[in-house]
Amino acid sequence: MSSPSPAPEPLIVVEGVHTYYGKSHILNGVSLAVGRGEVVALVGRNGVGKSTTLKTIMGIVDASQGRVLYQGQPISGLPSHKLARIGIAYVPEDRRIFRLLTVMENLRTGLDRQGVSEARKRQLLDKLFAYFPRLAERRGQAGGTLSGGEQQMLAIGRAMMLEPKIILLDEPTEGLMPRMVSQIRQIIDVLHNDGVAILLVEQNVPLTLQASQRVYFMEKGAVQHHAAAAELSVDHPIIHKYLGV
Amino acid sequence: MQIPWDIIIIQTVNGIVTGMILALVASGLTLIFGIMDVVNFAHGELFMLGAYMGVVTLAATGNFWLALLSATAIVALLGALLQVVTLRPLLGRDPLYTILATFGISLVLQNYALWQFGPVARKIQEPFSGQFTLFYLQYPWYRLLIALLSAAMIGGLYLFLKYGRFGVWIRATTQDRVMAQAMGIPVPWVHTGVFAMGAGMAAASGVLFGPLVGVNHTMGLDWVLKAFIVVVVGGMGNLVGSIAASIFISLLEAYASIWVSPSQAIIVSSIVLILTLLFRPTGLFVPTPK
Repeated sequence: MSSPSPAPEPLIVVEGVHTYYGKSHILNGVSLAVGRGEVVALVGRNGVGKSTTLKTIMGIVDASQGRVLYQGQPISGLPSHKLARIGIAYVPEDRRIFRLLTVMENLRTGLDRQGVSEARKRQLLDKLFAYFPRLAERRGQAGGTLSGGEQQMLAIGRAMMLEPKIILLDEPTEGLMPRMVSQIRQIIDVLHNDGVAILLVEQNVPLTLQASQRVYFMEKGAVQHHAAAAELSVDHPIIHKYLGV
Repeated sequence: MQIPWDIIIIQTVNGIVTGMILALVASGLTLIFGIMDVVNFAHGELFMLGAYMGVVTLAATGNFWLALLSATAIVALLGALLQVVTLRPLLGRDPLYTILATFGISLVLQNYALWQFGPVARKIQEPFSGQFTLFYLQYPWYRLLIALLSAAMIGGLYLFLKYGRFGVWIRATTQDRVMAQAMGIPVPWVHTGVFAMGAGMAAASGVLFGPLVGVNHTMGLDWVLKAFIVVVVGGMGNLVGSIAASIFISLLEAYASIWVSPSQAIIVSSIVLILTLLFRPTGLFVPTPK
């Protein structure tokens, strides 16, 4: 299989990143790149370091070695609120919506930024509510009272309010019913069409292959292989090797 | 033994008035704990420092309201500075470090006040000295005014937290610090802002309460001890619970002083604290965990 050429204009480049949790060596020299507007998947078995890679990019976990570049500038060591302000959004595996805040207040955490006019806020909300009408219906309801699927919509919607250039999307379909999974798939396509890059960590192989352009395979805390999604299928040997499907 | 209605009403008014001042002190404390997980042992000294700032500004300007505003602003700024210099570097460390740090700050501030102002109590002149007749008592209007002002400040804080941009940031940070930061909220500055607000509220309470008692370097101790009891009884970090607990405990103490001396009635709050810790350690005014 030919290795796909990386995107011509990389938005995020991760170079040889090592990360530890205490004495546990979790990331062992991860390197990858995501181009502007590109959907890139990061796959592998449980515990290989996919979520830690996203957390390291987002500045939630510190890298002990290596560096992360965003639009050519090193961002390692920057606090995550600064990364969010320059266009990197993070949707964690367990959603982590603010349970006691209403849907609107959850969205306001991303919306109430300097330099965003009221008209622009209205536009962003209208667009989001067009994709997720359920959130509009529940705008005054506490986040913790929403169903799992609605919470996932809110987590993605909240990230969209930041008008990011890239979203780090961790297991967005985990535990969701099939109808919700297809809605998440649609929203990934919408974001892609809007020019938003996505680094997707996902266990659902068919969705991963359909939604992404390139796939990185992780094992033992490092990227071992990468390929164009179009060249892969669910029963491809590489998928069997790294995912054991 | 039948208790006369007039005594019950007088003690109810006393309890509510004291409860509102206590609520103002405790709400700053609970806000700081709720968002930063910091048990601020220096809160009483910020209360005391506010009262001294009030004394100094009142002496210079002769205007009580200006003294109230400037003491609140100066101590809020001092609180912000203290947070940046002493507490921010300890973020994420064991809570014991912050307890020791705030305890150290309290000793420094208390001894500074003793050195600067001496051991003799100072007096803040209340802005007006009118009284009204409450049964057999001449009740000062000023006491009612500080209860109303405390209620207004707490109400303002509630509205700010509920509807203000910074208020939403504070509530988001209280719930999930990591995710708040990932949403672009500058969490370190939210911490600084909250500490400054808590310090400002303590200072405002100190100035408001100053005319009722002498201002001295140990005046914060009693209040902060009671405020800690209120914060635990109301539910750690629960603002509404702290306010309810302030009024509840102050009313209990006021009613207890019908039978015993006021200094003995203080025991009631300790009893409530012990019972709360024994039977409902999450606090009396929080929903039962399911």
